[in-house]
Amino acid sequence: MVNVSMSVNGKSVTGEVEERTLLVQFLRENLRLTGTHIGCDTSQCGACVVHVDGVSVKSCTMLAVQANSTEVTTIEGLAANGDLHPMQQAFKDNHGLQCGFCTPGMVMSAIDIVNRNGNDLDETTVRKELEGNICRCTGYHNIVKSIQAGAKSMGG
Amino acid sequence: MVDNGIGASVLRKEDNRFLTGKGNYTDDVNVLGQTHAYFIRSPHAHATIDRIDVSAASASEGVIAVFTGDDLEKDGIGPLICGVNVTSDDGEPHRAPLHPALAQGKVNYVGDHIAVVIAETLAQAKDAAEKVEIDYGVLPAIADTATAADNGQQQIHDVAPGNTCYNWPFGDKSAVEEAFETAHKISTLELVNNRMVTNPMEPRAALGDYNSGTEEITLHVTTQNPHVHRLVLSAFNQLAPEHKLRVVGPDVGGGFGVKIFVYAEELVVGWACRKVNRPVKWTSDRTEAFMSDAHGRDHVAFAEMAMDERGKFLAMRVNTTANLGAYLSTFSTMVPSYLYAFLLAGQYSTPLIYSEVKAVFTNTAPVDAARGAGRPEATYLLERLVDVCAEDIGLDPAEIRRRNFIPVDAFPYQTPVVQCYDSGDYPAALEKALSLADYDGFSERAKEAKSRGKRRGIGLSSYVEACGIAPSAAVGQLGAGVGLWESAQVRFNPTGNVQVFTGTHSHGQGHETTFAQLITEQLGVPLENIEVIHGDTAKTQFGMGTYGSRSLAVGGVAIAKACEKLIAKGKKIAAHALEAAEGDIEFEEGNFSVAGTDKSMNIAEVAFNAYVPHSYPEGLEPGFDENAFFDPLNFSFPAGTHVCEIEVDPETGEVEIVKYSAVDDFGKLINPMIVEGQVHGGIVHGVGQALLEGCQYDADGQLITASYMDYAMPRADNVPSFDVDYAPTNPPDNPLGVKGCGEAGAIGAPPAVINAITNALGIKHIDMPATPENVWRAAQSMG
Repeated sequence: MVNVSMSVNGKSVTGEVEERTLLVQFLRENLRLTGTHIGCDTSQCGACVVHVDGVSVKSCTMLAVQANSTEVTTIEGLAANGDLHPMQQAFKDNHGLQCGFCTPGMVMSAIDIVNRNGNDLDETTVRKELEGNICRCTGYHNIVKSIQAGAKSMGG
Repeated sequence: MVDNGIGASVLRKEDNRFLTGKGNYTDDVNVLGQTHAYFIRSPHAHATIDRIDVSAASASEGVIAVFTGDDLEKDGIGPLICGVNVTSDDGEPHRAPLHPALAQGKVNYVGDHIAVVIAETLAQAKDAAEKVEIDYGVLPAIADTATAADNGQQQIHDVAPGNTCYNWPFGDKSAVEEAFETAHKISTLELVNNRMVTNPMEPRAALGDYNSGTEEITLHVTTQNPHVHRLVLSAFNQLAPEHKLRVVGPDVGGGFGVKIFVYAEELVVGWACRKVNRPVKWTSDRTEAFMSDAHGRDHVAFAEMAMDERGKFLAMRVNTTANLGAYLSTFSTMVPSYLYAFLLAGQYSTPLIYSEVKAVFTNTAPVDAARGAGRPEATYLLERLVDVCAEDIGLDPAEIRRRNFIPVDAFPYQTPVVQCYDSGDYPAALEKALSLADYDGFSERAKEAKSRGKRRGIGLSSYVEACGIAPSAAVGQLGAGVGLWESAQVRFNPTGNVQVFTGTHSHGQGHETTFAQLITEQLGVPLENIEVIHGDTAKTQFGMGTYGSRSLAVGGVAIAKACEKLIAKGKKIAAHALEAAEGDIEFEEGNFSVAGTDKSMNIAEVAFNAYVPHSYPEGLEPGFDENAFFDPLNFSFPAGTHVCEIEVDPETGEVEIVKYSAVDDFGKLINPMIVEGQVHGGIVHGVGQALLEGCQYDADGQLITASYMDYAMPRADNVPSFDVDYAPTNPPDNPLGVKGCGEAGAIGAPPAVINAITNALGIKHIDMPATPENVWRAAQSMG
């Protein structure tokens, strides 16, 4: 067992975990932050995407100990004072989700896409950037629309 | 006009919790003292189990118990059942091999459950599982659909000679033969409908919690139909009496059919929590999902169409072999029979149809309903065959469809294959789709593509499907073990807000919004004062769940009927309060008023009166809370035409969908935004089948595609955005005028995509999935 400590959604957390514990397990099981989902076991689906020090990471590919001393943001940490983050709002406004299972990972990836590519995103860029996130419900049409709209509103 | 009623694209009420990580899926549920289950599965496709030794595993750190099939048998638990009978051509019921939840003596597919380890942590359970010793006697296996029933094949089950579950002929064979003998032209096509793994993004999971004080088991489970789960687990699997079993399907992350069925893990977890007197949790990982979720499709078929000189269809004959896998899943037998052959007329007035279906067992995962279930297989076969007919007779694919469509004035239309279509205007959808797709401009675009070394193709698919499942008497006659009505309870609270309890289940479809819109429309209650509740047998009166695009067409009508009862009762209450005759009370937009006066009271006040009946009609029951059940009069028959335009790079075999246009008839739309989302998702499910997805077993029955690295799911850059429009008709048998929309895309898309590829390459046929390799080979072979 090892001790880990990190900041999650702005709060300092610590925990004692087995060395093999993945970051996603630490978030879901130790911290009970169950908004981050597990959709596969080969790091293909993207349901577990969180931000570590501001950069998107599949939390199933990272050990909890590797996240020691980092700042982690999960889907639960996006809405400020009860207001949805502009990207969350864009997903709602554009019906960018159905069952909601891939959604947290989609939203976290989307924000990272905007951070890296700016606020004016064309459809091709969004579709290529989404290669690490699988959705079975929406056919992506409205997810792409959501991300383009969310990118604009993140720009203010 | 009320705000946010029928026809409004209201943003979804459920979205905030999903967007903020507050969804509550089965694996998110944790209870005090919970343990973790891990299943030991067969690595062999076909083998005897000669010895199991669990002693080392039982002594492993953290292990609470290790159970095998013998333990289940001792407690009289199981076996798993199939709930629909199909009578084979010898007059006997379909052959149903014993399906123990944990295998006894023999395993029949890779992933077959053998034992379960229950431990304090999942890691401990997995560690212990490695210490379970099993001696296998490996047997030859058969995974191939086409040859499974051949003479000399390895036999899987003693009760099913020739690995055959049933032979099911349907139609007038001799009349069809006669029509073929005199036909001007006969077109033929042999095709494969590729096996798919359904892959909702949330893997299956179950959490059993036994309360020894009340002797009740609470089973949280990834289900599309909590009451069906409870019924089957109680009545057939002996888990617990219905009143001592609570099934909760909380938020469910996609279903597409695969979460209808009752699986071994769910039964074992439900049983084991009582056995160890601790909560037991199991969550599938993705590889387990590939191995043990029920798969979809997997047909091999030969189809023939007889035509006259003008390309008019005279008769159709189809021979199909359908793979049901190693055991019968819950509703598997009905998929390649009733849900398939009864759709073979499609949109056409073909007068004679004869179909033979042979359902076979193989050493593969059980196959059952998957988005569309039988109807995608029928549509793919028919719409591909129609394109072959067009080529053979020298007609444009659009023209041959026009010539054979059921005429608009022929509805309701009795097909030669049982179904009586309620309403339809097939030419309208076709013409609208052709216009949306700029069909006339295609040859110019093809020319331009050719100048860039690309090959462009355009493909049509004019589908019809039967959903809104289903009239109980009809399915009972066919051998179903259940009735397929739906129920609803609409409850006003004394403060005027409304709780709607529905027996359907939402796992992405947006019922919490669409059903609230129905209430708003009918009762005039603002949307924010309505809560839709589903997914818990302890809350909802009863229900048959969500599949076969039935929730609105059947469940929505039950809600509307409960509202009618409330309005009728409300008139009595309002008449008393307003000192008027009941017959003079009118109800509109949430207000009861006395005709011709300005006296009125709103429905919230009426509800309050009903709960505080100080001055109240004599003899009338207090309370404002009504139940209704609805049994549909007919199936619902959505239809439409999809047009797919693709570009093939002959150098790489890559297919790019450059434009996809869909025009559908779903009757009246309650929330167009949600409907369009269903269409998008369905199309991509169908595109996935056409271009990417194919579950592969090797000749020994080893599963080759067991992760997302080997099984290609459609991703955002595999598909375009879509042009979606509607050509609605009014189905007379549905009180709300609605048709189902959840499966249509997955039904319509595969033939549209493949017809576009065959058009681009000038070939007769290419099997799905049309991967770059397959397309490249086809492109090379034509020189």
